[in-house]
Amino acid sequence: MRILVAVKQVAILAEEFALDGADTVPPHALRRRLNELDAHAVEAALTINEGEPGEVVAATVGDEHADDALLSCLAMGADRALRVWGEDLAGADALAVAAVLAALARVERPDLILCGAQSSDSADAATGVALASLLDLPRVAVVTAIERDGDRLVVQRELDGGALEVLRVGTPAVLTVQSGINDPRHATLRAIKQARSKPVSVLAPSELALDAAELEAAAGSRRLRLFELPEGAGATLLEGAPDRVAAQIAEIVREAISA
Amino acid sequence: MSGVLAIAELRRGEDEQLAVRPGTYELIAAGRELAEQGAGPLAVAVIGPAADVPVDSVALDGVSEVIAVPSPEDRYEAHVWQAAAEALIEQRAPAVVLAGHTIDSLGFAAAVAARGRHGFASDVTAVAWTEHGAVAQRSAYGERLVAELDFPGKQTVVLLLRPGANAPAGGRHARANGGSPIATWLELDLAGRSRTERVELREAPIGEVDIAKADFLLSIGRGVGAADQVARMERLADALGATLAVSGPLVEAGWASRARKVGQSGRTVAPRVYLALGISGAAQHLGGMSRSQTIIAVNSDPRARIFDVAHYGAVADLFEVADELERQLG
Ligand SMILES: Cc1cc2nc3c(=O)[nH]c(=O)nc-3n(C[C@H](O)[C@H](O)[C@H](O)COP(=O)(O)OP(=O)(O)OC[C@H]3O[C@@H](n4cnc5c(N)ncnc54)[C@H](O)[C@@H]3O)c2cc1C
Ligand SMILES: Nc1ncnc2c1ncn2[C@@H]1O[C@H](COP(=O)(O)O)[C@@H](O)[C@H]1O
Repeated sequence: MRILVAVKQVAILAEEFALDGADTVPPHALRRRLNELDAHAVEAALTINEGEPGEVVAATVGDEHADDALLSCLAMGADRALRVWGEDLAGADALAVAAVLAALARVERPDLILCGAQSSDSADAATGVALASLLDLPRVAVVTAIERDGDRLVVQRELDGGALEVLRVGTPAVLTVQSGINDPRHATLRAIKQARSKPVSVLAPSELALDAAELEAAAGSRRLRLFELPEGAGATLLEGAPDRVAAQIAEIVREAISA
Repeated sequence: MSGVLAIAELRRGEDEQLAVRPGTYELIAAGRELAEQGAGPLAVAVIGPAADVPVDSVALDGVSEVIAVPSPEDRYEAHVWQAAAEALIEQRAPAVVLAGHTIDSLGFAAAVAARGRHGFASDVTAVAWTEHGAVAQRSAYGERLVAELDFPGKQTVVLLLRPGANAPAGGRHARANGGSPIATWLELDLAGRSRTERVELREAPIGEVDIAKADFLLSIGRGVGAADQVARMERLADALGATLAVSGPLVEAGWASRARKVGQSGRTVAPRVYLALGISGAAQHLGGMSRSQTIIAVNSDPRARIFDVAHYGAVADLFEVADELERQLG
């Protein structure tokens, strides 16, 4: 089947940084990488299509930094990649991103869409489920196993508290995947080289008939400001070399258990 | 648009009775505050199989109405819940809809918000009602920063509240209080809305060990680095008289059994001592252990969020500390 995998280049904040004014982090304080769960989603897509006709397409909404994420997916084995970007997308929240992905999916017409259960930077855990409803597709969130069952899928999802539910769902569908689903393959050097010759298309929102007003209406929130958490009372620090730390821990445990 | 609508979360207990999950009382507490700040009256919707909807347990002081919505499904089904929430929003036009940032809610809330073009924020740690409507806080950049959000132009705002961020609501049940709760039964057309079919439900494994019963948990996270370290930490736990627990990724990687997982999709624990080695303190982990009596954390990253909930913390290499603990015991 044709599987569209939505992937995000996530931002990791440096250990030391200073906020730029009220609401922005200086770009040099950010490292970027493919969202870990999205590598699991790509792996799941490749596994589903193994030995079957089909195509795995990686799609992202992001600026040129996100090309690296796409390259990682292509090196894993995705067939081609799509990136949507325009200045109206700067600061887009999960619902706005979902609107862009929905427009893309209407063009691509995949049989299955996979997302990560959440991104490590914004952690909205919302994009995939929002996307499904915009496309009026069935979805299952927080999926830890996928099997084909004719033209339907049997999937396992995690529940709060540790139970697992196994569900049957028709396709096309949207699934958001959780890390336990698989062990993503590492790309070989050769695959990384080959990835550079696979097709990557870059689209502007306007090519998907999305304008600034539409994106604003689709967005769920507006960021007023960013701030660092005030240092709370916090933990009492156990200082000293490891032997001192261990001795203090042993003492605290003894007291707490006998209390 | 006015009023707050909290959507209760239910779970069938070991006695087969449908009960309200504890987080629902946190929604009610937050909803009461929003109501006091001027968002309008608080209603609580309870969606569930008709015969069993536990209406009374949410009829607390400060709740103006309990809306019981009979569902054709005996279980939680994300698309049915979406349809129910959409119908409730259409009929009641609430200014704020509250649900828990739980795995069940993750299955339907963003769908409702996206389709309805409502305001939306997940994993909300604080919310207030202002003259400009709702203002919410949530984390950004992987828990390192806090973002404050507003929702301009939105008539209805759907917020998923982080479990544990609000103290649960107390208050007498309105009925015990003499007044009768206004329970409305709302028949919605939900037949045929389900889009999944349950094949099986696998209950949480207690199996080899019941970590919720332990007094002392030695809990390890991804900081242990490799599968073979797990056996070593289990020996340390034995030497300390502790039970071994783990963070989510260790289970997902197949390094430890599901029975040992602490957190949202694992067990909720509150031992006398929770000793965390190499655990960063993600929201889903903290939700399962933050009520432990004494929390000690060892992490090489001084900014790790686990230190926010820990009573004692050491910025140190966990292996060096583990070696010393073993040496001093032996
Ligand atoms: C729907 C959903 C449900 C989830 N449910 C759960 C759940 O129930 N339980 C759960 O735990 N997670 C759950 N997660 C995952 C959660 O979001 C985090 O990814 C996870 O808790 C991180 O685990 P960790 O702290 O072990 O790993 P990491 O976040 O990778 O942290 C490892 C830590 O170890 C430290 N470290 C590394 N080396 C050393 C060393 N030598 N000495 C000392 N410290 C060191 C690092 O500084 C870091 O802080 C869930 C996620 C989702 C999306
Ligand atoms: N900018 C983006 N581009 C493509 N996919 C995204 C983007 N943001 C989020 N996603 C997808 O949605 C998942 C969940 O992200 P979030 O809702 O931000 O927690 C990610 O794992 C991706 O699969």
